[in-house]
This record gives sequence, C-alpha cells and structure tokens, in this order.
Amino acid sequence: MGLPDVVVVGAGVIGAACAEALSAAGLRVTVLDRGPLAAGTSAAGEGNVLVSDKEPGPELDLALASLARWPELLDRVGHDVEWDPKGGLVVATGDPSLLAGFAAHQRAAGVDARLIGPAEAFEREPQLTRRVTTAVHYPQDAQLQPVLATTALLDAVRKRGGVLRPGVTALGFGPDGVRTSDGVVPCGAVVNACGPWSGAVSRALGAPIDIQPRRGMVLVTAPMPHTVRHKVYDADYVGAVASGDADLQTSTVVESTAAGTVLIGSSRERVGFDESIRVRVLRELARKAVALFPGLADVPVMRAYGGFRPYAPDHLPVIGADPRVPGLWHATGHEGAGIGLAPATGALLAELLTGARPHVDPQPFRVDRPGVLA
Amino acid sequence: MKVTIDGVEHTVEPGQTVAGALLRLGRISWRTTRNADRPRGVFCGIGVCFDCLVEVNGVPDVRACQRLLVDGDAVGTS
Amino acid sequence: MAAANAAARAGAEVVLVDGEPTLGGQYYRGTPQRVDPAVEHLAESAVWAMEGLRLHIRTGAADSPHRTGTVVDADAVVLATGAHDRVVPFPGWDLPGVYTAGAAQTLAKSQGIAVGARVVVSGTGPFLLPVAESLVKVGARVLGVCEANSGTGWLRHPRAANPGKMAELAHYAGMLLKLRVPLWRKTAVVAAHGTDRVTAVTIARLNPDWTIRATRRIEVDAVCVGHGFTPRLELAVAAGCALKDGFVAVDERGATSVPGVYAAGEITGIGGADLAAAEGEVAGAAAAGSESTKSLTGARRFAAALADAHPIKPGWQTWLTPETLVCRCEEVTYQALCAATDLDAAGVRTLKLTSRVGLGLCQGRMCGRNATELAATRLDQAFFDEAALHRRPIATPIRLSELAETPLEPQEDP
Ligand SMILES: Cc1cc2nc3c(=O)[nH]c(=O)nc-3n(C[C@H](O)[C@H](O)[C@H](O)COP(=O)(O)OP(=O)(O)OC[C@H]3O[C@@H](n4cnc5c(N)ncnc54)[C@H](O)[C@@H]3O)c2cc1C
Ligand SMILES: Cc1cc2nc3c(=O)[nH]c(=O)nc-3n(C[C@H](O)[C@H](O)[C@H](O)COP(=O)(O)OP(=O)(O)OC[C@H]3O[C@@H](n4cnc5c(N)ncnc54)[C@H](O)[C@@H]3O)c2cc1C
Ligand code: FES
Repeated sequence: MGLPDVVVVGAGVIGAACAEALSAAGLRVTVLDRGPLAAGTSAAGEGNVLVSDKEPGPELDLALASLARWPELLDRVGHDVEWDPKGGLVVATGDPSLLAGFAAHQRAAGVDARLIGPAEAFEREPQLTRRVTTAVHYPQDAQLQPVLATTALLDAVRKRGGVLRPGVTALGFGPDGVRTSDGVVPCGAVVNACGPWSGAVSRALGAPIDIQPRRGMVLVTAPMPHTVRHKVYDADYVGAVASGDADLQTSTVVESTAAGTVLIGSSRERVGFDESIRVRVLRELARKAVALFPGLADVPVMRAYGGFRPYAPDHLPVIGADPRVPGLWHATGHEGAGIGLAPATGALLAELLTGARPHVDPQPFRVDRPGVLA
Repeated sequence: MKVTIDGVEHTVEPGQTVAGALLRLGRISWRTTRNADRPRGVFCGIGVCFDCLVEVNGVPDVRACQRLLVDGDAVGTS
Repeated sequence: MAAANAAARAGAEVVLVDGEPTLGGQYYRGTPQRVDPAVEHLAESAVWAMEGLRLHIRTGAADSPHRTGTVVDADAVVLATGAHDRVVPFPGWDLPGVYTAGAAQTLAKSQGIAVGARVVVSGTGPFLLPVAESLVKVGARVLGVCEANSGTGWLRHPRAANPGKMAELAHYAGMLLKLRVPLWRKTAVVAAHGTDRVTAVTIARLNPDWTIRATRRIEVDAVCVGHGFTPRLELAVAAGCALKDGFVAVDERGATSVPGVYAAGEITGIGGADLAAAEGEVAGAAAAGSESTKSLTGARRFAAALADAHPIKPGWQTWLTPETLVCRCEEVTYQALCAATDLDAAGVRTLKLTSRVGLGLCQGRMCGRNATELAATRLDQAFFDEAALHRRPIATPIRLSELAETPLEPQEDP
C-alpha cells in the first residue's frame, strides 16, 4: 500500500510542523484552518523554546529532541524567525536549596543546568533584584517568534506542492475523506492539530479526546533600550506548569524581544474560553516583574494579550493514531510548550504515520492512555 | 512658570503643553526613530499616535501633546 | 458632557471621566465649558481598562507614573470616547511638518500655535474647512485646501435637508472666500518632500477613484491631512459591544448590545459636534432610566449624506512607493507589508506578527485600517475582523509600577 494523502486540520505551529515533516517525507498534504493561517494559540503566546522549566520525564525528552531540531529545521525552511539562543536564567529569592535540587535532577536527565551564585547572576543580568539568593543558568534555552516560525513552516509546505486552505472548517471524517465547510477533501489520513479546540474537533471527527483550554495572559511593554538579556524566571514557574489548579497562578518570565519590547508572562487560569480582561491577573504579573526587575517600574505597558493553552488531563502532549477511527491521528495538548515542542512533534507524527523508526519513545504520548479518550 | 528644556531654562504660560512649548521654540521634531533614526515631532496632536514622546523629570515615553507643563518641570528630548 | 447632564437631570448620581484636563472634548477646545453641578467631573483621568461595568481609572498628569488609581462600579456606562483623524499614507507623510488636520486644529485652538507659515490642508470632508479657518486665525497662510472628492455632491443630496448644518457649511465656504483660501476639489497632497522636515508637497489632480491624473509641486513648511475619522473603540470593544460598519451598534436610545453600556457621539458614527451632543443627551437619559424627547433622525440623515459625499477611495493605495511607511511606530514599509501578504498573512494577528505593522506604541490606531485595506487588496481571502483592529484591553498605556499597585475594587469614602 502507498502512503496516504493527508489532511492536517489546524494551521498553528503544531499543524504546520506536522505538515512540514509529512511533506518532507514525500506525502501530499493539505492544511485546513477555519480561520487565517497561524492565528490561533500560536499567535497568542510567547516563543520560548525551553528545557529549563521541565522536570525529567517524557516532556523533557521531547523538548531536548525539539531543541536539537529547531536550528536545522529553520535552515531547511530558510526564513528569519528571530531565533535567539539567548539562554535562560532561573532565579530564587527564597530558600536556595529547592532550585539547586531541581537543577541537579535535570542535569542527570541531560539538561545543561549550571548553578551560579548571585554575583554571576547580577553580572549576567545587571538589573536583577539584589534579593536573589541563587540562580541557575540554562544555556540551551532559546526563543523565536512563533508566528514567523509557523508561517515559515507553512511556506515550506506550500513550496513542496502542499495545499494551504485558510477559511475552511473541518466538520467530519469518513472513508472518502474530510468533510469540510467547502466540500469533501479526499484523503487517507487526517491529523487533528486544533490546539485548544482539539476536543471539539475530535468529537466532530468521530473519536473524542479530552483537551481543555487553560488561559494565559502576557504583558507587553513599550520598546526600550535592551535591559533584559536572558529569559529570566522566578523559581516558582516550575510549580505552576505542573499543577492542575483552576485558580490563578502566575510566575514571572521576563524577556526582551528583537523589537525592544519586554514580554512579561504568563498567567495560568482555567476559565474555559472566556476572553474578558481581568485586572487582577495583570496586576499579579506586573508585581512579580517589578519584584524581579525593579528598574522596569516606570516602563509603560502598552498591551495585554493572551490565549488558551491546550492541555490533556495528565499535562502531556497527545501524538499518534486514534485506535477507534482508522486514519485519524492527533497532534495536540502541548499546553504552554507547543512552540518549543513543535519540531519533534511533527517529526514523530510523520515517523509513526509512514512507519519509520521513531526518534523519541512514542509510548507516553499515545492517544489511548488513561484519561485522554473521552 | 519656569521649566527647563534640555537643560535650558524657559518661562512658559500655564496651560501650555510640552509640545506647545517646543513648537513655540521653533522645534518641530525632537525624537528619532529606533530603526531608521528619522526625526519625529507632533503628528496627531491628541495623544493617539505616540510620535511626540519626550522625557519629563527623568521619566521617558511621555506624550508631549498631552502633558501640561508645571512649574519646575525638566523636559528632555533625545 | 451632554450625556452627563441628561443623566444628572434624570436624577442619577453621575461621574464624568475624561482624559483631558478641561471639559469639552475635541470640539470645545480652548472654550471653557461647564456641566451640571451635580456631576462629579474626574479630569485628567484615563480609563485604562473596563471589566464589565467596572472602570479602572488613572488620574493625574498625562503619562506620569505618579497618577492615582481609582475604580468605579457603575449601574450604567455611557461611552463617548470620540474619534481621531484618519490619515492615509503617502510618501513622506512621516516627515516632521506633516500633521493631522486635528493636530493643527488643536494646536491652534488650545495653544494658539500655527503649525507653519505656508500651509496646505488636504484630505476629505467638511472638517478641513474649520481647520483652514483656525490656521488663518493664528497667522498661517493657507495656500489651499485640497478636497479629494468633488466635495459638493451632498448639496444635491435629497436627504441632506438640514438647514442648521447647511448654514454652518455655507459659513465655512464663505469664510474661505473671504480669507482668500482656494478650495481645490478632486485634488490631494500625494507626497511630501524634504530631508529632515517638509519643504514641499506634490499635489495631484485626482480621478474619481483617487488615482493620480496630473501633479504639480509647491513649496510649503507644513501640511495638514485628514481623511475622515477613526472612532476610538477600545473601551467599547473591551466592554464587548457589537460593532456595525466600523462603529458601535446602538439602538435609538443609545443602548449597545451589552446591557448597561450605552454609546454616543463619534464612536457611533461621524456626524459632528451637534449630533454628538444630541446623542449624548439621549443616551445619558436612557442610562439613567429616563427618556429624552430629542429626535436624532434628521441630524443622522444629514451625517450619513455627508459621509456618502466624502468616501475614501481605493486609489490612495497607488500613491505609495515600496519605501513608504505604512506603520509609523514600527517603521514598516509598504514593501514589508507586501512580503507578509505574500505569505498569506490574512488575519489581524498574523498580519501584525509577520510584518510588525500595528505592534507599536499607538497599537495600530494610526496604521490598522490602512494596513488591512492594503493587505486585503493583495490577498485572495482576508479575515480582518473589525473588533480585532480595536482590541486594546489596555486602553491607554499604564506604567508597570502603576499596574502593580492598582486597586481592584472601589474604595469606600472614609
Ligand atoms: C499566553 C501563552 C504563552 C505561551 N508561551 C509559550 C512559550 O513561550 N513557548 C511555547 O513553546 N509555548 C507557549 N505557549 C503555548 C503554545 O502557544 C501552544 O502550545 C501552541 O501554540 C499550540 O499550537 P497548536 O498548533 O496546537 O494550536 P493553535 O495554534 O491554536 O492552532 C490550532 C488551529 O486549529 C484551528 N481550528 C480549530 N477548529 C478547527 C476546525 N474545526 N477546522 C479547521 N481548523 C480548526 C484554529 O483556527 C487554529 O488556528 C503559550 C501559550 C499561551 C496562551
Ligand atoms: C482633533 C480634532 C479636532 C476637531 N475639531 C473640530 C472643529 O474645530 N470643529 C468641528 O466642527 N469639529 C471638530 N472635530 C470633530 C468634533 O470633535 C466631533 O464632532 C465632536 O467632538 C464629537 O464629540 P464626541 O463627544 O463624540 O467626542 P470628543 O469630543 O472627541 O470627546 C471624546 C472625549 O473622550 C476622551 N477619551 C477618549 N478615550 C478615553 C479614555 N480611555 N479615558 C478617558 N477619556 C477618554 C477624550 O479625551 C475626549 O475628551 C474635531 C475632531 C478631532 C479629532
Ligand atoms: S503606526 Fe503602526 S502601531 Fe503605530
């Protein structure tokens, strides 16, 4: 049997990475999105490509694999996406032993995590609060601009003869292909890469999975002279990522962008798809940012934006074939790390779909693990 | 009222904006852009375009067309 | 002001919040105004966020980090945030010495300043006439007023029968004659020249679609441009109000789609100060649970006729060169915008983040509409949602330290 024609539903970073990998493997790919390209969650977050925030485990493995792939992938697609391997700095202002222990654990799993004292931290980040007790430098952490990256991946698909169809909604899936708002698109396989809407789309495609939205907000300051050099986090970031509380959580990530603005992210709330602004959330972000960088106090904040991170009940991505509907695949649930995890996700999905040898262990991400099938 | 503009003292009437004072001094631009280093001054005049930014009392990013001068203000242009 | 007065007359407890130090909005600049003494006026007070019917306010000198924060919980809110000039881009429009017509008007009226000695006014709409008048009053020589449309169509418009307004327009036309300011119809400034300031402009005779027929060059030291107005919709969008044709959708009482939120003035349609005040009176009364007897129909009809006579025609897009800035803040050229549309950046977010258009401090207020119109011309399919263009949950910049200590709830009076 030859390889099937594939329809990828969702033109976010995950759909784009899947389509890129599938088209590189020689498959004929059509990408659908109900809206414009690259305008969902992938246009609503930051572009951190991180290993620093991950505990040892399958997500860290996927992150390390992805980190290795991003530069080579960007070379292949050939667009400037503001890739900057600037490194991360995680700082603690309380008990230094927690952070040191966490970093030691990560080192054992292959992360370059260097425990540095406050003096070196201030040398690296002169504006940092003097209350820092200890810090860990992660030279591997990088950033890119997620919309440019998504658009670049989609452009590569287009150049290989793939078809991009914005404004087309997927409505169902049958033996003849994907039923859409613009007729049936014939195909042998369909990939659900609909981010936080993947739960709804999986129902439409005939095999529901449990993917929920988790809201996040980011503050953007006016452009200013470069004062923040790394991605700088406070150490409670890690706790927020791994938790499932509905209550507001914020942990600060402060970073400069190529344009001179400073991004201050990000909050985590489970409020469904509610988009209304909450001043309490913005205030919390501002407080933590000023605590980390007192020198930012007078900087104007010009925007707050945000989106909905897609997450599965066990907070791991869902990548693979759905056992209930032949030809249906999922690539979703990347929560707050989809930008970073995209290249390895796309490659893994393409490997599984074409029967090639997977470059990371697919088991932890399989669709039929407990809690995911809804 | 006495204010300083780029370190030089000037006398201004109450009710003058920073932009008004600068224009009266014959200055039509007082800032350059980040990328192409192009001169900018007032454009919209009502606080929506953010072209006319100045520093007032050491704080940057103040809209000159919106800010009323008060006695003792120190205005800096870049 | 009109809404606050009407609501106070209807017996409501009224707070009037406005960013300016003095009452009056754009129209009454330089002319002192008063409101009903029962109205509490919060001057120099910017509403930077709205959460339902809760307003978050900063009071104090513009952009100062030392403003005080207050929170007001209202039973009803009347939004009357007005409009700002729209200016379509042309080569050289970023040179110092190029102003919006509104800037020239404001500087003349409230600061007594003429933006130049030899000035050309250009754009479309009746607002250009009082601008020319104000410029002359403060000592500028206005070489001419360029009206891109034929500018007289509305006179023959059957719906335009509004004697008061006609008289006002006739007054301005007469005034131009008296001041010897020529009105050049079907004409526009299509380029500004100079290195560090404008020294000359190219004036073009236009076809009806605003493409260029013929050009000539004249020496100026300032040019004032206004191609109609863009409503200031960020609070209305933050409140969740539905839009219609680019303005807040309201019923005959000024009620928006959101219960408790009313809108009046230029954010509901451009119609001039009298109509804005009448709308304010109606909406203010309705917000206070009362009813005004004022009829808006005639004035609205006249405004619609005027708007019909002063459309923005797509030919302006041919005035640009590849190097012309589309976004002033981020210095995005027309060429760079085209590179983004080549990648099919067809949504507001995608267009912004692939070209950087609209990401600057003005948050797309100056460039948003122009950029999406330019992009839509080049795209097979565009998804530019009107509300997305105006989505600025932080309605006006707030310093990080102000945000960090902002109150969340109304403070009880001690
Ligand atoms: C505030 C915030 C900050 C973040 N910061 C980071 C970060 O720093 N680093 C990082 O790695 N990750 C970050 N993330 C997470 C990251 O943005 C997401 O994990 C990632 O964008 C998910 O991509 P996606 O392609 O799965 O989803 P999306 O980008 O949402 O794409 C899904 C697409 O599916 C389309 N769609 C939905 N339904 C249908 C249908 N029926 N038919 C057709 N199309 C449909 C949608 O229109 C959408 O375009 C952040 C997220 C947020 C909210
Ligand atoms: C610069 C300019 C000059 C003009 N000059 C003339 C003229 O000379 N003659 C003429 O006939 N017409 C003129 N017009 C048109 C005229 O202003 C309008 O017809 C009329 O003012 C509309 O009234 P309004 O109440 O809708 O809005 P405005 O008068 O614009 O009032 C809106 C008010 O809301 C305030 N505001 C907006 N956002 C916020 C916020 N977030 N927080 C707090 N306050 C806020 C503004 O500061 C402003 O005071 C001018 C328009 C502009 C833009
Ligand atoms: S002109 Fe584009 S953001 Fe200000």
